[in-house]
Amino acid sequence: MPIQYYIYLSLALFSIGIIGVLTRRNAIIVFMCIELMLNAVNLLLVAFSKMHYGMALAADPATTAGIDGQLFVFFIMVVAAAEVSVGLAIIVMMFRNTHSVDINFLNRLKN
Amino acid sequence: MSKLVYLVPLFPLLGFLVNGLGRKLLSKPMIAIVGSGSILASFVLSVLIFFDVKANGASVITLFNFIDADSFRIPFAFQIDQLSSLFLLIITGIGFLIHLYSAAYMHEEEEQHFGRYFAYLNLFVFSMLLLVLGANYVIMFIGWEGVGLCSYLLIGFWFKNNQYNYAARKAFVMNRIGDLGFLLAVFWLLYKLGTATFTDVFAGAAGLSSFEITAITMLLFVGAMGKSAQIPLYTWLPDAMAGPTPVSALIHAATMVTAGIYMIARSNILYTLAPVTQTLVAVVGLVTAIFAATIALKQNDIKKVLAYSTVSQLGYMFLGLGAGAYTGAVFHVMTHAFFKALLFLGAGSVIHAMHHEQDIRKMGGLKKYMPITHITFLLACLAIAGIPPFSGFFSKDEILTAAFAKHPLYYFVGVGGALMTAFYMFRLYTLTFLGRFRGSQEQPVKESPWLMTVPLIVLAILSVVGGWMGIPGVFAENAHSLEKFLAPVFAESAKLAATHHLPASQEFMMMGASTVAIILVILFAVNRYQKYQATTTTAAGITKLFENKWYVDELYDAVIVHPLQALAGFLKNIIEKSGIDALVNGVGKMVSYGSRQIRLLQSGQVGNYILVMVLAMVVFMLIWFNDAAITQFLNKIF
Repeated sequence: MPIQYYIYLSLALFSIGIIGVLTRRNAIIVFMCIELMLNAVNLLLVAFSKMHYGMALAADPATTAGIDGQLFVFFIMVVAAAEVSVGLAIIVMMFRNTHSVDINFLNRLKN
Repeated sequence: MSKLVYLVPLFPLLGFLVNGLGRKLLSKPMIAIVGSGSILASFVLSVLIFFDVKANGASVITLFNFIDADSFRIPFAFQIDQLSSLFLLIITGIGFLIHLYSAAYMHEEEEQHFGRYFAYLNLFVFSMLLLVLGANYVIMFIGWEGVGLCSYLLIGFWFKNNQYNYAARKAFVMNRIGDLGFLLAVFWLLYKLGTATFTDVFAGAAGLSSFEITAITMLLFVGAMGKSAQIPLYTWLPDAMAGPTPVSALIHAATMVTAGIYMIARSNILYTLAPVTQTLVAVVGLVTAIFAATIALKQNDIKKVLAYSTVSQLGYMFLGLGAGAYTGAVFHVMTHAFFKALLFLGAGSVIHAMHHEQDIRKMGGLKKYMPITHITFLLACLAIAGIPPFSGFFSKDEILTAAFAKHPLYYFVGVGGALMTAFYMFRLYTLTFLGRFRGSQEQPVKESPWLMTVPLIVLAILSVVGGWMGIPGVFAENAHSLEKFLAPVFAESAKLAATHHLPASQEFMMMGASTVAIILVILFAVNRYQKYQATTTTAAGITKLFENKWYVDELYDAVIVHPLQALAGFLKNIIEKSGIDALVNGVGKMVSYGSRQIRLLQSGQVGNYILVMVLAMVVFMLIWFNDAAITQFLNKIF
């Protein structure tokens, strides 16, 4: 499958994520959009990794080219998992204090 | 013996430290003993050094390197030769007598002020000793500045009187103007010759171009003008009378004003090589001598008369220096130190007895109340007027003879000044001691204590016999022992300068004529002021000009002081307020205005922040990834 499709897909996912972050006020949806952006990047990394591996394989059957892309994806997933736990905890605390998950309520630090 | 020379300035320095730091702890007799004793110790050493120099000749003692930077080196060295050893004797000898006298004169002061006074006095002597002993211009300059500082401190000693503070400030500023000239000359010498040491400078002086040497000597002379109170920088000296009278004696006789003479006598080779400067020195000296004498004619303050007389006598010394009579100038410094110290201390004795009355119109008839002061004062007047065989006659005669050899006009104008000197000194003497008492004191006027009269008597003896070491050659061959003694110092100059010798008959005639004229003037002055009555008529014409000191102070005020103050006011009110202040405050205002505007960006809306962040990242990405390879790749996929 041509690499372009993967790029288009992840670009679309990333843009949806950005637009979601910018336009939505619900903290949980913002959070999900962030996850969406992370996974868009993951998808791109995996796609490029596979592409490079495929191109190198023809010349050298024992190649490991592109393996670092896959590694990055695992790291990102681990970090994302940790982030989810922290982020959700923050959202829970925020709901307890404000009875809302609207991020515009977070401007209370002002003044 | 010469190895111990560093002790000579060290004793007064220690005296200064002890009295200065312990002024609140020590009792008055203790302070006086420390103050006078340190000078006495220096005097004893100076006498030993004098005889050592007489026997073994000059030497330079290097103590340590004052400045040591690569090849540039200023050693902290003392020059011990005939000239400096003679000055050591004058400074410490007369300085000691003045210290002794001060112990009685200043006894009314509180203990800590008494201590402060003696500390300053010792520092003064220390600075002067450093000035005289320094073996290069830099060490000399340390002393040069030191005496300026001490004169400031002592003139403003009674600092509660603002008038005195102004006088002190004036002295300091005037001296600073001169010091600038001195400093420039020293820099110039260092630049050209790479050294400030006297022996090297004098050896290398012949290699300088005539313009350089003329300019350097002129600048040095500007320094001498300030320190030795010559036109146009003389006005501080009469105002320096604000200080206690013994201080005036110290400034006028032993220290300070003789510094300029000493410096030029020390640099005699430079001046002999610069005939233009020599002429300037002679003319300035002569004009000052006459000018100050005319002012002295009409002054009514006992100390002011003496102050202008000092300015006038210093003019004679410069005339001597300008005429190439270095020995004569140094000789006059010495005799003048004797009789001027005596006059000031005598005046102090009178002021002390009159309970701080200084106006001679309110004195008179003090002869019978103060016999010792009267006799010594009379001897000093005879000495300064130039009556043979008193000391002033010989020294003044030597200078005037040399001036005649240079140009007869110098001589005749100089004699005119000498006649005025005789007149105003005997006017002063007559108004103070003769006639009837015109004062209004209830308390009887009585002779001063022995601590004050003993220095007077010693100085009176010196004033009488001091001239005998310089008896001119026409009286007896080889009788001028001072000239023989100082000959090595001025040897190089003597070689360069053509010596004029007047025929003996002419010299005798000149002496006789001037002496007769002086005696006539004295008789006229005594006769005129014996029956003096205080009048209220205001003076007119030239007399008014003399009385008001030729309006020089007013002229300086109008030409220099007021424009300077106007400029300062302009800088303060316009430049400072709307220029510098506006700039500084403007920076602050701009920052606070800017931050108030930027604050609005922080709306508190999280969405806005994220939007800005995303936009910023896009912009950065566009900038950073503007790479040929990436653009090509992106073009391929889209």
